[in-house]
Amino acid sequence: MGKTIAEKIFDAHRVNMPFPDTHVLKLDRVFCHEITTPIAITDLIARGMDRVFDPTKIKAVIDHVTPAKDSKTAEQGKILRDWAKRHGIKDFFDIGRNGVCHAIFPEKGFVRPGYTVIMGDSHTCTHGAFGAFAAGVGTTDLEVGILKGVCAFHFPKTIKFVLKGTLKPGVYAKDLILFLIKELTVNGATNMVIEFTGPVIDAMSMESRMTLCNMAIEAGGTCGICYPDMTTVEYLWEFIKDEFKTKEDALKEYTKWVSDEDASYEKVYEYDVTTLEPMVTFGYKPDQVKTVKEMSETKIDQVYIGSCTNGRIEDLRIAASILKDRKINDDVRAIVSPATPAIFSIALKEGLIEIFQNAGFCVTNPTCGACLGMSNGVLADGEVCASTTNRNFNGRMGKGGTVHLMSPATAAASALEGKITNSQLYKA
Amino acid sequence: MKQFSGKVLFLDRCDINTDEIIPAKYLTEITKEALKPYLLEDLSLTGFKNKEDVKDKAVIVTRANFGCGSSREHAPWALEVNGINVVIAENFARIFRQNMYNCGMFAIELPKDKIEYLFENYAGKDTSITIDIDNDKIVVTSSEQSEEIDFKVGGFDKTLVKEEGWVGYADKNY
Repeated sequence: MGKTIAEKIFDAHRVNMPFPDTHVLKLDRVFCHEITTPIAITDLIARGMDRVFDPTKIKAVIDHVTPAKDSKTAEQGKILRDWAKRHGIKDFFDIGRNGVCHAIFPEKGFVRPGYTVIMGDSHTCTHGAFGAFAAGVGTTDLEVGILKGVCAFHFPKTIKFVLKGTLKPGVYAKDLILFLIKELTVNGATNMVIEFTGPVIDAMSMESRMTLCNMAIEAGGTCGICYPDMTTVEYLWEFIKDEFKTKEDALKEYTKWVSDEDASYEKVYEYDVTTLEPMVTFGYKPDQVKTVKEMSETKIDQVYIGSCTNGRIEDLRIAASILKDRKINDDVRAIVSPATPAIFSIALKEGLIEIFQNAGFCVTNPTCGACLGMSNGVLADGEVCASTTNRNFNGRMGKGGTVHLMSPATAAASALEGKITNSQLYKA
Repeated sequence: MKQFSGKVLFLDRCDINTDEIIPAKYLTEITKEALKPYLLEDLSLTGFKNKEDVKDKAVIVTRANFGCGSSREHAPWALEVNGINVVIAENFARIFRQNMYNCGMFAIELPKDKIEYLFENYAGKDTSITIDIDNDKIVVTSSEQSEEIDFKVGGFDKTLVKEEGWVGYADKNY
């Protein structure tokens, strides 16, 4: 019997199995941000164990509330900053160099095929786009990761999606993942890894693959995974060119991290996505999904384009192409947050920032803020937001507010109309 | 070890997420105790009043996929500082479940029909539950009846409960 990519990664990283179905894995990366890490740090200090297993494998960023909005968030940033300095953690991204964790860490080339990655953030599953096993964990797992460089997991049962056909113009990875979450339900992939495979994925950019894997957790998935291929190699090339003579050599090495054809799966789903329409959520669960057409005429108060799901350059380009030379609806306010400083710079050079501003968008610095109702775009009671983020939970972007998840194209088009609508890029 | 005994709060809904258990705006707190007043503040459940209903409870019984969403360990911490160290459900989101055991708390899974049975026979009847950790039994008592229900717990999970969490265990063994 063959093995899935997750099983291969487990085999290559297993330290031991202290109990049946308890696999303690060696970690290649421990990522940290200022919301979930400070309590791990203060607990380590209290236990007299203020140490790190390897400062080169730990990467840290201030991203959730940045710049700090009050004394409490300033203190969280300070704890992380002081700790990074104290332990010689060189890859610490402070204010001015910081971006949304799941955008900036891949952009810096920190994730490679076959890696094990944890972070105290549920959307860590994003990094599976590189053919890595990347899992969100709580503060205690993070604390042990920081201290010992290990984490315990159960056997990685896997669900496989085989996605065939071609996405229509105006239909994106976000629409696809919303559709797949609807099919799985929010509890459908609990304790499981989700593999995204097939010609649709082969044709996708790394940015789109990250959008897909990012939302694996919304179906309960431990990690979303795409197989590494030449697209992965091209994305990573500037960081790996000293390790390999040619891109083909890198590809040969990385394709070790692909599931065997006779691997065993919990379930295999096959879809032809050719007729897939732009999708949007309703209600308070990410599996409550309808077509944009079914939800059109839903009035909105705010539009938000950004986050670890859809704040990358590809997303901004699509949104800007819809907003060019147009103005947002008078009854709507709109916010765009490029996910990293590098994305912001490219958007500036390409004239995208000007397009957003001319359309009436507020352009903010890179931050997670609005997505979880912490800062930079919190909703008032009864307000409705068209958002490119990942969670429509009750109160997520502000107490009493409603969130509709959608692609950047749909969000931009909805900003122009003041209600949920399909973009002109989509032709039914 | 923590205490695993006391009055039960029944939450009759699936997919109760971490943002409902503890909203993100409170994640700027850097002590667990500060979370105490906000447990289940945003729970969407008809008739539920978080401050009154949580008071004096030690165990939660709920439906499927409890704790889905965020990785925030603030969710188990908010339970812990309110004296709730046991949640019994049909199943849990992976990260939430691991966080509970990592803190030395119980996240117990029971089959759907057993959960249904508990709701039908014990909800609204001043019910108490005690976890018999040595015999893997849930002792459930109401004003009308009392019985024992078996549950399964893995070796790793039980060890984390007995050793009061993952940090101490990991420090000794890795």
